[in-house]
Amino acid sequence: MWDIFLQSINKSYTESGEKAVNDVSLHVEEGKLFGLIGPDGAGKTTLFRILTTLILADSGTASVGGYDVVKDYKVIRKSIGYMPGRFSLYQDLTVKENLRFFATLFNTTIQDNYGLIEDIYKQIEPFNDRKAGKLSGGMKQKLALCCALIHSPKVLFLDEPTTGVDAVSRKEFWGMLKNLKSKGITIMVSTPYMDEASLCEEIALIQEGNIMSVNTPDEIIAQYPDMLYAIKSPGMNQLLQELRKSELVATANSFGEYHHITFSKQGSMELLLKSLHRSDVEMKPIRPTIEDCFIHLMTHE
Amino acid sequence: MSTLKYLLQKEFRQIFRNPTILRMILIVPVVQLIILPLAADFEIKNINISIVDNDRSVVAHDLIEEIKSSGYFKLVNYTHDYQVAFSDIESDETDIVLEIPDGLESDLIREQKGSLFIAVNAINGTKAYVGGAYLTRIITGFNQDIRAELNPGNNGASIGVAVINWFNPLLNYQFFMVPGILVVLVTMVAGYMTALNIVKEKEVGTIEQINVTPIRKTHFILGKLIPFWVLGVFVFTLGMFVVARIIYGIVPLGSVFLLYGYLALYLVAILGVGLLISTYSNTQQQAMSLSFFMMMIFILMSGLFTSIESMPRWAQWIAALNPVTYFVQVMRMIVMKGSEFEHITRHFVIMAGFAFVFNVWAIINYKKTS
Repeated sequence: MWDIFLQSINKSYTESGEKAVNDVSLHVEEGKLFGLIGPDGAGKTTLFRILTTLILADSGTASVGGYDVVKDYKVIRKSIGYMPGRFSLYQDLTVKENLRFFATLFNTTIQDNYGLIEDIYKQIEPFNDRKAGKLSGGMKQKLALCCALIHSPKVLFLDEPTTGVDAVSRKEFWGMLKNLKSKGITIMVSTPYMDEASLCEEIALIQEGNIMSVNTPDEIIAQYPDMLYAIKSPGMNQLLQELRKSELVATANSFGEYHHITFSKQGSMELLLKSLHRSDVEMKPIRPTIEDCFIHLMTHE
Repeated sequence: MSTLKYLLQKEFRQIFRNPTILRMILIVPVVQLIILPLAADFEIKNINISIVDNDRSVVAHDLIEEIKSSGYFKLVNYTHDYQVAFSDIESDETDIVLEIPDGLESDLIREQKGSLFIAVNAINGTKAYVGGAYLTRIITGFNQDIRAELNPGNNGASIGVAVINWFNPLLNYQFFMVPGILVVLVTMVAGYMTALNIVKEKEVGTIEQINVTPIRKTHFILGKLIPFWVLGVFVFTLGMFVVARIIYGIVPLGSVFLLYGYLALYLVAILGVGLLISTYSNTQQQAMSLSFFMMMIFILMSGLFTSIESMPRWAQWIAALNPVTYFVQVMRMIVMKGSEFEHITRHFVIMAGFAFVFNVWAIINYKKTS
């Protein structure tokens, strides 16, 4: 069973005890594509570093595939792949040299695992003799994924793999993850982009070291308690100020083209439209996004 | 074992791709070995002298000629007024004032004795000391000539001293400095570059990627140390058998095998220092500052430029705890004196101790921090 288990994990980096991760418990089932969603500094990387046996938690237990991260770290290191948030391959070695180097560290060869990485590796194979430091962002990311997969790991940890990557490459990358999942690999991925949450099977929303909610994206959205409306009108900044001042409105947040609002009392729509004294206001009920849920959970902590 | 082989392969590949490292190991030692010994020459020439001649006699004239022809002194002022000469000292134009009193010659003839006065500008202590000594020596020689001239056949009883300089008969300063400077170069290459290389992996983040693999820490460390050990031996060979031999004509008198034996052990100790520095730094800048601090102490307190025996007691203790001290001594002993193993057994034991302490300390600290 290659699942991931965290039980009451605490970790703080400072003497004063300010917690990077606060009493986190999680369970990721085998073969799942699990997303850790939260802004920068939420504690995502800390959790990854604990699970990949790079650092020790202050308290609590964690295991990967039933192996304890402290006692059985050797077994874990053999069976996991880790792609850190920052590109950390040798920039002065070529694509092929990097790949071969990491293969040899696991006592294996590129040929033995070619099947697993083939789809991804094919895209960077033309640049085999280019130094890793000279690759584009998307290429670097693919190479890093190949290196993390080179020993056919059972569990894959990807820390913010899509940060700093263009929209097309991001989409492509999630396609690759789906593919890997279908090969039975348990994948834990973190991202600060809320729109990527819906691409995971199960997600945990994390904020300031605390897990706020763990569920499927659909379920998390279904749990959103209020009716949500999108509102749009010329002069969006001023509109937001007016909405926030209005007693009828409970929450108002800017979401690109629209503002998302909830009402303090049901059926105040007409009243609000009247009170705004604007001519061309567009308002419609919408399905909440993960970001709406995140903001809701954050403000109701 | 095969893991180590691949680690070494990767490490050498990176080293040979890095133009800075190549420059460090090829050009820097050669240039430094050519320039430093010339600059660090302690032989003092061109001492400025002002002479106050109140006598203006034949004897005074002969003495002045003697001083001028010695090659050490440059006559900057010849005057009859001490105040003028002293103002030369004040304006830093002269280092030494020699005053010849009025009636030197007549006193010598009449009373068989005369006296001279020397005033030295002691701001540069070494120059003052050496200059004063040179001048005294010239005057002593001159004195003997005069006595022979004035009292032929009666030289009185005197003890003659003959000095022979062993191991460096011509007192060639370069024979003494070049082997020592070579030690410094090897120390810099091995110490600095190991520390920087390991810290670079930390800074770039590649060490994380390495740490999640099943690779053993000892393999990783060995993979880092062995290449720089090889580079250290290479730089030493280049310095000793190319630069020192061709440019300075220095040929080790003792066993080359013994020299390399000590180098091998010394490099292990210095690589330990590099590793230790790397465990205390997270960025290359930190490692750089820390190594620089260590190297300054290592080099200045190694007896390379100044004699350890003349240091204060506390400084002698620091020198005794400094690995560079021992290698500088061993180098000079083997290269100049042709010392055998039995003469440097103590040095071997102490260096083995350094190698053990630095490496164990570094490995314990390395394990703790990661």
